[in-house]
Amino acid sequence: MATDRTYDAIIVGGGHNGLVNGAYLAKAGLKTLVIERRHLVGGAAITEELYPGFSFTTFSYALSLLRPDIIHELELVKYGFKPLLMESTFAPMEDGNYLLLGQDHQANIAEIRRHSKHDADAYDQYSHDVNRVCRAIKPLLDNVPPDITSRDPEELVRMASLAQHMRDLEPRVLHNAIRLLTGSAADFLDDYFESEILKATLSSSGIIGTKVGPRSQGSGLVLLYHYMGEHDGDQSSWAFHKGGNGGFTQVLARAFEGFGGEISLESPVASVITSNGKATGVALEDGTEFSADIVVSALDPRRTFLELVDPRELPSDLVENINRFRFQGTSAKVNFALDGLPKFPALGDRSDQFRGFTNIAPSLDYLERAFDDAKYGWYSQRPYVDACFQSTVDPDMAPPGKHVMSGFIQYAPYHLKGSDWETEREKFGDTVQAVLESHFPGFGDLVLHREIVTPLDIERVVGLSEGNIFGGEFLAPQMFFFRPAPGWNQYRTPIEGYYQCGSGTHPGGCVMGAPGKLAASQILKDAKP
Amino acid sequence: MARHTPFHDRTSVLNTTQLWSHWAGYLSAQRYQLSEKFEYFAVRNSAGMFDTSPLYKYRIRGRDAEQFLGGLLTRDIRKCRPGQAQYTIWCDDDGFVIEDGVVIRQSETDFLLSAAEPNLAYFQDRIGRLQVTIDDISDEVAALALQGPKSKEILSRLSPEIESLRYFETVETKIGGAPVTVSRTGFTGDQGYEIWVENDDALTLWDAVSDASAGYGVLPFGEIALLMTRIEAGLLLIDVDFSSSRYAWTDADRSTPLELGLGWMLRTIDDDGRPFIGRQAIRRELAAGSRWNMTGLLIDWKDWFNLYDRNGLVPPKDHLPGAYESILYDEAAEPVGYATSLMYSPMVQRHIAIARVLPELSTPGHHVNLEVTINHKWQQVKATTTRMPFYNPPHKTA
Repeated sequence: MATDRTYDAIIVGGGHNGLVNGAYLAKAGLKTLVIERRHLVGGAAITEELYPGFSFTTFSYALSLLRPDIIHELELVKYGFKPLLMESTFAPMEDGNYLLLGQDHQANIAEIRRHSKHDADAYDQYSHDVNRVCRAIKPLLDNVPPDITSRDPEELVRMASLAQHMRDLEPRVLHNAIRLLTGSAADFLDDYFESEILKATLSSSGIIGTKVGPRSQGSGLVLLYHYMGEHDGDQSSWAFHKGGNGGFTQVLARAFEGFGGEISLESPVASVITSNGKATGVALEDGTEFSADIVVSALDPRRTFLELVDPRELPSDLVENINRFRFQGTSAKVNFALDGLPKFPALGDRSDQFRGFTNIAPSLDYLERAFDDAKYGWYSQRPYVDACFQSTVDPDMAPPGKHVMSGFIQYAPYHLKGSDWETEREKFGDTVQAVLESHFPGFGDLVLHREIVTPLDIERVVGLSEGNIFGGEFLAPQMFFFRPAPGWNQYRTPIEGYYQCGSGTHPGGCVMGAPGKLAASQILKDAKP
Repeated sequence: MARHTPFHDRTSVLNTTQLWSHWAGYLSAQRYQLSEKFEYFAVRNSAGMFDTSPLYKYRIRGRDAEQFLGGLLTRDIRKCRPGQAQYTIWCDDDGFVIEDGVVIRQSETDFLLSAAEPNLAYFQDRIGRLQVTIDDISDEVAALALQGPKSKEILSRLSPEIESLRYFETVETKIGGAPVTVSRTGFTGDQGYEIWVENDDALTLWDAVSDASAGYGVLPFGEIALLMTRIEAGLLLIDVDFSSSRYAWTDADRSTPLELGLGWMLRTIDDDGRPFIGRQAIRRELAAGSRWNMTGLLIDWKDWFNLYDRNGLVPPKDHLPGAYESILYDEAAEPVGYATSLMYSPMVQRHIAIARVLPELSTPGHHVNLEVTINHKWQQVKATTTRMPFYNPPHKTA
């Protein structure tokens, strides 16, 4: 790092959005510094060797919503971008049956027919309907949302063009969009399907990272959000980046540095320095100060507005909105180093079913009951597990013949009623392992190492408040116009030169990069003389 | 009825789709898994096993074998020392390409030439007074390719000599007790090897490679994944990127080495010590200029997106190579070339094409417009000429 501590722009937080933001600013010619508290960049998108020879995607574990523009505009291929295909979704059932959906459409239809001939036909209609909604909604991910509180002529034009965009949609597409954005995943799926396993499998993407059950209003929005992901243009198909999401954020770091950006690791930030309502730089906990006219927080809204700056410098309305911005993290991870792949009795010695997502959600009731536990302040006794045996996709993640399993677990509420996560950690791990054991007899014998990541760990290690993986809940009152607060959804803050670019801004979480990119576009627009 | 390759006892069990194509009279797997793309990623990220036995294989031997091949092949075979292999072509008198293939030089007087199409009569008719014998050993020798970044590590465990084998070198060794010829060659543009083995030892070889691959994520891969990798590698395919001049009806359907971007093979063309078929015509072409030059094309990702989006469609990113030619135009809408292989490349993250353009447009960075059919209308998408290969990982030659 240069001894000169003056920059054009400083980004607080080296998560993927911070790096994307920094890369765009550096590419535009700004002397840019990313400051990261930990010894590595990536935020929640990191890969760590937590057990010798085994690489863990400790937190975030798959890639799909990354905006294609970012891949090209930041020349990520040149820096090693390599998304590998996750081939399938495997859903074991409690009666020993299963649903296995992959890349071959005809095989999928035949597989669904095993469960319901009706649903095999409805599946295509469902996919078509949701794809059309995705096409209608996706432009919203790639543009700065209008400011609903503003009477500025430019904002009124943006509101008008948004209204025009919605008006131009076919009535059926518009209605489906509203059904998804406002309703529950279960209601939407009930309108198409009768098979429990199919409904449960599809609905599980409606609860990821969010404190809703499949029958809660709002789960449709989360389902739609995840459906908009793609791998090489295949809607709702997911990728595993070479080396995990940590491999991806290392690509971003190389791109950022390739554009001339600098990274300062192990540099916890104490505060953003302001003067007369303007940002002037950043102070580290050790007292080191860096100056810049542009300071960007890649942290979540609580840290951006209530911790990095003095909330007394901010309008009360905004402070109140941020105070009630819901985090309530409800997801955990239990990751395993395994001596081999588990066996699913109905499939004998086969193991190709593990080359994608293994989705333990046998029925809507199962998921809803898992949610019930969380509603009343406890972790699910039979949790939802989204398991990925990532070494089947990238053999470099584990020694030959051995495997790593990333286990995404829900529900695990940040606040436990009558206990705490330090007390419950191992019992929680056992609960998860018991679910895996019941579907894959002998699973426990394969376990070489178990890594339990509670919402508290997510908060402490990554810095995401209350361990919310999206930097704030995906609930309608916290999206689009209101993310993170009305009037402040365009990446600016009331402090001149101070910006926000984390997942708590539009369009939100997932390894998408859109907040980082859109914030950069706003910063560069404001910086124009 | 299509025959079975010597690996069929294994491949027929592994081919869960039972989708086969016919290649040179043999059943050849199109894909083994439900997802050909997953096989493709095995090649790009671990390694893949490909049964390449249907290739035609010729053993060319004798005191005059080098002289014979020197006169037949366009690339100078004298530069290929024993223990080396060469990618080469052969041309007709008019300097048009008949075919391409790989020749392995096993000793001063022994060569193994492999090609996609039969050539025995054509070769034999050109022996004349030379002391050369050509044996078509296509049905006696099987060939197994192991391609991908883990291939060296895996094969070195079976035969340590393979570890030090450099790009386009070959070695005679044993794998699983079976005598084999290993060449560091392939059609994927990745690190990779082709292993040549007598039919009787084929299953021994397959099992040895398969066992040594256990735990590495190695998969057998079929023709579809192979075609994806070869386009990314910028490697030409007969009957797709060019036609054999022997069977073309018009010169428009024939190609010269220069037009195929193989001018680099002609470094010794002015050496009068090696007259070869087509030499004079090629020299005339070198002086007068070519009709076309080969180039890679990168399709403008944003323009591709916008074009489909404007038409109300989700832009396809289809990794399956298109089975058609696409015409290229300049800004004045004049035709300036044609693309012969077009696909979405997962490694490059955009559409790529192997194309022929007017010579003045063939250097990297020229803009052309590629014709696509959308909503039943001819429309154009922007593309830029680029050097091939599109994907060229350091481990290919390391």
